Amino acid sequence: MIVEIGHFALALALGVAVVQSLVPLWGVARHDRALASVGSAAAVTCFLLVALAFAALVTSYVRSDFSVENVVANSHSTQPLIYKLTSVWGNHEGSMLLWVLILTLFGALVALSRRSLPLRLRAGTLAAQGMVTVAFLAFTLLTSNPFRRLVPAPPEGQDLNPILQDLGLAIHPPLLYVGYVGFSITYAFAVAALIDGRIDAVWARAVRPWTLLAWVFLTLGIAMGSYWAYYELGWGGWWFWDPVENASLMPWLAGTALIHSTVVMEKRDALKVWTILLAILTFSLSLLGTFIVRSGVLTSVHSFATDPARGLFILMILVFFVGGSLALFAWRAPLLRQGGLFAPVSREGALVVNNVFIATACATVFIGTLYPLVLEMVTGDKISVGPPFFNATFIPVLVPLLLVLPLGQSLAWKRGDLLGAAQRSLAAFGLGILVALATIAMTWGGPVLAPLGIGLGVFLVAGAAFDLGERISSRASGWPAIWSRAKGLPRSAWGTALAHAGVGLSVIGIAAVAWSTEAIGVLKPGERLTSGRYTVVLESVMPRTGPNFRAEVARFQVFSGNRELKPVEAAKRVYLARNMPTTEAGIRTDGLSQAYVALGEPQDDGGIAVRLYDKPLILLIWIGAIVMSLGGALSLTDRRFRLATPRRVKAQPVAAPQPAE
Amino acid sequence: MRRALWPRLALAILLALAPGLPARAVQPGEILPDPAMERRARAISGELRCLVCQNQSIDDSDAPLAKDLRVLVRERLVAGDSDTAVRDFVVARYGDFVLLRPPVNIRTVMLWAAPFLILLAALVFTWRRGRAMPAPASAAPLSDEERRRLQRLLDSDTP
Repeated sequence: MIVEIGHFALALALGVAVVQSLVPLWGVARHDRALASVGSAAAVTCFLLVALAFAALVTSYVRSDFSVENVVANSHSTQPLIYKLTSVWGNHEGSMLLWVLILTLFGALVALSRRSLPLRLRAGTLAAQGMVTVAFLAFTLLTSNPFRRLVPAPPEGQDLNPILQDLGLAIHPPLLYVGYVGFSITYAFAVAALIDGRIDAVWARAVRPWTLLAWVFLTLGIAMGSYWAYYELGWGGWWFWDPVENASLMPWLAGTALIHSTVVMEKRDALKVWTILLAILTFSLSLLGTFIVRSGVLTSVHSFATDPARGLFILMILVFFVGGSLALFAWRAPLLRQGGLFAPVSREGALVVNNVFIATACATVFIGTLYPLVLEMVTGDKISVGPPFFNATFIPVLVPLLLVLPLGQSLAWKRGDLLGAAQRSLAAFGLGILVALATIAMTWGGPVLAPLGIGLGVFLVAGAAFDLGERISSRASGWPAIWSRAKGLPRSAWGTALAHAGVGLSVIGIAAVAWSTEAIGVLKPGERLTSGRYTVVLESVMPRTGPNFRAEVARFQVFSGNRELKPVEAAKRVYLARNMPTTEAGIRTDGLSQAYVALGEPQDDGGIAVRLYDKPLILLIWIGAIVMSLGGALSLTDRRFRLATPRRVKAQPVAAPQPAE
Repeated sequence: MRRALWPRLALAILLALAPGLPARAVQPGEILPDPAMERRARAISGELRCLVCQNQSIDDSDAPLAKDLRVLVRERLVAGDSDTAVRDFVVARYGDFVLLRPPVNIRTVMLWAAPFLILLAALVFTWRRGRAMPAPASAAPLSDEERRRLQRLLDSDTP
């Protein structure tokens, strides 16, 4: 019964979404306030209905209701509760329901936010969001129904894919989806602005918190996915330039450009047309990612063969929303008035440079990802575009941007002083050079470019810190004055500095990968293996039984030089339901570095193959990403964006000119 | 067959594909006694695609075919081939598809050139737009409408 209620709620939600997508626009066209306001109630209702459907599916999973096809295919009665829950989105149908849930959640949040939005903008936004909801609800109901019953019901389920039975599945997809889908709001705002033919700082201020929110979650989602891959797969890689990863990186890059261009628009009323285009492109890339991942057109040899209906349906959604919004853009964008003049050397100019480089980096990933597909369609030739291509193109495009980042963040609005900015960044630059030289000296004969990467990272972190220090301490003397200035500095300034420092930390972590080492050996108990700074000694190998798997667990003592760290366990598991093995790496964190042990096959002589990696400073990669998202979150709490405190634009006496931030 | 990369995880999540196995790749028995030659072998195999996997190099893959190729690469190196000769040998057997770093030729020149052409075009475009924009200082005095907008911006700007 619960399952039917869920199915019914989902179908009802589709009907409500149709109302949400049409009635507000009709109301706006007829200047009928009541009709135009229907969107809010519809958006909230739609969310509640989808939430009910989601709850119904969760209930079926928790109860292991094997009369539901989806539960049978992805669950097992012996699973721990947490994995029964995460199994809900550990498959196509369930994850699609999560996707729609988040989509409608964002619609409801826009409807409920107390921020004073012009009615036309709110109506248009909710209508556009409603159209996206209609498309994906229809997709879920028609091609990917998670509520389908199975008769007769089998006594036991087929279990979830063992590599997904991990906490990573609890965290990674929800974060990633909030990021992906969050950009739908930005898209809806852009479409509404185009329909309305009006766009100004009010629009930018309304859109920016949503963009920031989505960006924060997407950053965390990608970082979490990367760490999950790192520890789950057993050889310590963290980024593979695979199409599915690129699918998440592209919206992230476009979203990063977008949060920078909306600053210009909000502060200076410039870059309007570009910002609208970027808002459309960001969500289009999210949709493209959904298509790539779910159609299997790029990763799988079978491409559409698994289920042509799904791939085609998403392709149609993609064409409709990307093509439709771009056509709208081409038609309406010329009506948008360009405003806000600025000198090339200014904060605005620096942010334009940021957008040029990030957009190019995004285009690079786009081309590298889709080129093999297009080439094969056109000429029939098959080529591979792998990590070496992306490393050779993406990095050279982004490094120049990072090199000028500290300069840009210290330039004034409208008309900046390049020499002054260079002088302000000189200390940070000097520190970066110094650290790079010291690293070269200390690792003489090692990797050549990596010390420069370390120096670049230090430059970025120091640049962010010094810039903040400069703003706090200039024109203030004595600690109380500095303290009050620090408190008076807008949260967004702190957020910017934090996010840029986070980029620097990640750069250091990525550069340090060059010094990671690997050792492979066959060990019997008591024998040792050394890689880089770390040595492990195999203590014992013993069997262990888990709730739904059997494992061989190897226990190692870990030494860093002569210092003994806590022991570590690495395991090979066999999941019983699918009779499928997995390996669990043993990871010992030592400061920011890690010793990483993975088990291989047992050898004929009674030993077991062991790989040991020394991963120096590897944690900085993800810490940097977390710091970036913290920076974004801090900006989000800035007074201007607090959803509960709408700021009214009133005529006030002209204040003194704003000091440049 | 191994496909345990993160994308494989994501893909498996989303498509509930057939399960994969974690990669462990190079086995102790395959390692060459000469460390310098082994390093070359690792570098070469890191850029060769495992043809039966989805998007993994033979260095990362546990598939039997990947193992055969790894052993083949090492055999050629021991026989005295240069890195290029080894790569050519593998390409002769399996075609360009095996190279994760696509070779620059008539079919891929657009691929390699595009990022830099796009960057150049974007820079030239913004440069020209920037020059077309009158300098702020020499702009005409503010119109009433602009004054109102200025006021709005100033009011709405928190310190």
